[in-house]
Amino acid sequence: MEHVQSPAPPTVGQSTQTRRRPFSWERILPVAILSPTLLSSLVFVYVFIVATFLISISKWSTLKVDWTVRQPLFATYLDMLKMPRFQADLRNTLVFTVLFLICAVGGGLLLAIVLENSGKVSVFFRNVILFPYALSFIVTGVAWRWIFNPETGINILFDAIGLNKLLALFGAGPFHPGWITDPTVVLKINPLIAQLFPDFTGLRAQLGIPLALIPVVIAATWQLSGFAMAMYLAGLGTIPAEVREAARIDGASESQVYRHVVIPMLKPITMSTLIILGHVSLKIFDLIFAMSGVGPGFATDVPGIFVFEQTFKATRYNLGAAASFVMLVFVCAVIVPYLASSLREE
Amino acid sequence: MTNKAKSVSRRSLLPQSAFQWFVVAMLLLALFYYLMPVYVMVVTGLKDARNVSMATMWRPPTSMTGGGFIEAWSRLRPNMANSMIMAIPATIISAVIGAINGYLFSKWKFKGSDVIFTLLLFGFFIPYQSILIPLIRFLQMIGWYGTVPGLVLVHVIYGLPVTSLIFRNYFAGIPTEIIEAARVDGAGVMQTFWRVILPLSPPAFVVVCIFQFTNIWNDFLFGVTVVPSPKYQPVTVALNNLSGSFSVDWNVVMAGAVVAALPTALIYIFLGRYFIRGMLAGSVKG
Repeated sequence: MEHVQSPAPPTVGQSTQTRRRPFSWERILPVAILSPTLLSSLVFVYVFIVATFLISISKWSTLKVDWTVRQPLFATYLDMLKMPRFQADLRNTLVFTVLFLICAVGGGLLLAIVLENSGKVSVFFRNVILFPYALSFIVTGVAWRWIFNPETGINILFDAIGLNKLLALFGAGPFHPGWITDPTVVLKINPLIAQLFPDFTGLRAQLGIPLALIPVVIAATWQLSGFAMAMYLAGLGTIPAEVREAARIDGASESQVYRHVVIPMLKPITMSTLIILGHVSLKIFDLIFAMSGVGPGFATDVPGIFVFEQTFKATRYNLGAAASFVMLVFVCAVIVPYLASSLREE
Repeated sequence: MTNKAKSVSRRSLLPQSAFQWFVVAMLLLALFYYLMPVYVMVVTGLKDARNVSMATMWRPPTSMTGGGFIEAWSRLRPNMANSMIMAIPATIISAVIGAINGYLFSKWKFKGSDVIFTLLLFGFFIPYQSILIPLIRFLQMIGWYGTVPGLVLVHVIYGLPVTSLIFRNYFAGIPTEIIEAARVDGAGVMQTFWRVILPLSPPAFVVVCIFQFTNIWNDFLFGVTVVPSPKYQPVTVALNNLSGSFSVDWNVVMAGAVVAALPTALIYIFLGRYFIRGMLAGSVKG
């Protein structure tokens, strides 16, 4: 391949023959050694994705394999979008991703700044905060499920520290939230949509913030905010001290130095962290599966659980494949630009 | 220099400014938030079943009898073994192949190699739900469905993108002159790898092995879908089953969570430095 591009004079016959480099293992060998990896990636990633797509548009909805295309095309996708459960899943993915990114990335930045200013204890705190990242989502889910069980967990701590006695003094009722068992959806926009689009009747889920998702966000933040913090600590380490010093000499207060100098300089880190944690959040499955499952009225259901249940419990393969393809599209929307930009940088 | 000296002399045990008070408050809050679940897991696990009452859940155990740990261990031990015989070979194989790949992608670039590498790396980010049905049919075809070797194969294949990435970034830091010198001495592609690159690689191997072992140990999706028989399932699946069954007491579940978390927790505690490097290597471009 390379000799075609090499600046050989455009003469014919003999001269190109002599200029052609001899056949060399050195150029073939790297590709040959890589080929098993590349072939397995081609099959196990790309061919399998195409196969999943073909299943999603097929009639295969029982244990009996059936690859024939279901007509009209994309009928399974339409069915799925009409399901109240899948509509709730899309709502939950959006709400969870937004809340989780705010808590984990914002919290990570805050923690990094706090640790930067905490002197000798900072290494100890860094290690404590990063610890959950080493654990399985299942372990996290099991632990937080117990903590947010309204009968056993944190509600008892509220009683123990006298919070509810304090509330009673002010005439307020006891604070005993249902946490992951609470089916309430707050800040609903259904009436608004009904007013704006009176003809649209396809909306079958309550669009708003399901309260049961909040404990899940707290657990996910517990596990993954350490990642954001570590990213920011690494980024803070690359900012030269002179830059901050210059800002201070110009009369900036410490908070102004952070707001106008440090945080803007960390923007590339913020972008990377948002993308990495955002794609984790879009494909989240294990944590919610172990912690709250589908939740009351699908309040904590997500596409990852939907795929698992439709495919492996209900054996509706085309429906499960369709939902997984939607997940893939979401993740690609975040990851493909990221990969393309890092490729361009090289 | 003078600035530094000033801040040292100013330092005392009590916070001086509002900002320092804020730092201290945040640290205390963080300590509570990040350690509370660990405390709950350990303390509940150490209690006896009859002592796990709602009213005393936040208190430490009154007597040391091993609590739920004895039952949790006896229930999870076979699955801990499954996880071990799954995670160790899968880690080693994906690390070795990843090292060779990373070496070739960083030091033997060919036309389109960066594009091909990016296409390979894509496999690290996909939601694995979107390849599960074909994957399981493939494993059934070759007769590895429901087996630990099947899980090893899956973890090796889907681990290669990230192991190749970490090694590629690491090797990019090795001067190309070293490779050139080896070539002048007549060493071929693989000879250069064995004689020159490999001796420089132990730190990268430690990082990759910790990263991979943690990922594979903590996996749930492949474990629950590729292996239907509880006998061969990894410990994450067994722990989830344990917590989902109503016949098991909470002290056993919590003790089980501690047991299942122990290998990766110990790695983190003793090799945390390498752990953090691996975690960042998967995202920061080298």
